[in-house]
Amino acid sequence: MAVGKEIRLKITSIKNTQKITRAMEMVAASKMRKTQERMQATRPYSRKIAQIIKHLATANPEYKHPFTLERPVNRVGVILISSDRGLCGGLNANLFRLALRRIRGWTEQNIGVRFGIIGQKGAGFFSSIGADISAQATKLGDRPHLENIIGVIKVLLDEYNEGTVDQVHLLYNEFVNTMTQRPRLVQLLPIHTEDIVADRQHQWDYIYEPDAKDVLDQLLVRYVESLVFQGLVENNACEQAARMVAMKSASDNAGKLIKEFQLIYNKARQAAITQEIAEIVGGAAAV
Amino acid sequence: MAMTIHVDIVSAESEIYSGLAELVVAPAELGEVGIAARHAPFLSRLKPGEARVKVSGGEVHPFYISGGLLEVQPHVVTILADTAIRAKDIDEAAALEAKRRAEELLADTSGKIDYARAQAQLAEAITQLRTLEKYRKGRA
Repeated sequence: MAVGKEIRLKITSIKNTQKITRAMEMVAASKMRKTQERMQATRPYSRKIAQIIKHLATANPEYKHPFTLERPVNRVGVILISSDRGLCGGLNANLFRLALRRIRGWTEQNIGVRFGIIGQKGAGFFSSIGADISAQATKLGDRPHLENIIGVIKVLLDEYNEGTVDQVHLLYNEFVNTMTQRPRLVQLLPIHTEDIVADRQHQWDYIYEPDAKDVLDQLLVRYVESLVFQGLVENNACEQAARMVAMKSASDNAGKLIKEFQLIYNKARQAAITQEIAEIVGGAAAV
Repeated sequence: MAMTIHVDIVSAESEIYSGLAELVVAPAELGEVGIAARHAPFLSRLKPGEARVKVSGGEVHPFYISGGLLEVQPHVVTILADTAIRAKDIDEAAALEAKRRAEELLADTSGKIDYARAQAQLAEAITQLRTLEKYRKGRA
């Protein structure tokens, strides 16, 4: 019976697609769990380092590090964290939209923007719109290491020290929960000391080795690095969660399509059978 | 029982050790230091080397660290360990590498980048077609 061969082929092809999307969904789900654990694992470090900076700000207020000084803004640097791979819903698109909106805002105030880009998707997009990219790191994989992004951070920090950029921001996706990821822009430099300085009542100071300035220099660099790294692992968790959700809805949609086509196919087959019987009956009556 | 002090050894990527100790020995920049409970507040850079945590009972846990920072409060010791050996020239090389990649990206008008642009154009074309279709349906 040659009825509905095309429909049958179509159903098979959709079924195959569904198999792929379902597999991707499951892979993303298991990866998401791991990335979330990694996200948790970075928290103690950033919490500790923030604490030490708070201590330092209260204990040693006379030394002002350039990272804490506000200055007039001519150009900002943005470290943008995107995913390396696609098929994760609107994750990157939402991030880029926020970035473009901010760029427009800055451009209206005559503020230039320079980018340090992490992730393949961001690199592709921002080079295609002709953005000013000063550093990039891509293909970090599912287990990114701090060493992979030190270069990008250092380029931006150096530019800040040289005065090429006057602020450094970090743009990434914040992991709210599995269903929700929110693009987020935070200012890295200058570090808002008002937030950090809590109370000056307990006057005490550290013993420094080798001296306060050297230690503080390293501490603030590490602090920025830990913030960026945390953004990276958080963005990674977002990517997997978004992919899981996107693939789930793709599988569901494929299921719906299959049902529809199955219905059409059955109807066509039934119609063909009915017609055949009618023909036979008609033929028999004529004899 | 001797006085104990709380020790946290953390790196940017994970928590390495957390617990109570009688003595913490760390490779500070100006020489190895041993920290016991009620030490004065102390902040130092660390050299790559071995940190040892002596827990009550005399057991010693050694950790290799590739540099970092040591913070001491009277009842808490924190070692912020680097995840890899960091030296000025290594960082410098990483920065140069990141810059080079950016330049490559901007120079490279073929291959992947064109692909990204083509994708963007395709998306645009699809939306235009969709609007057209809607418009036609509206008139029909």
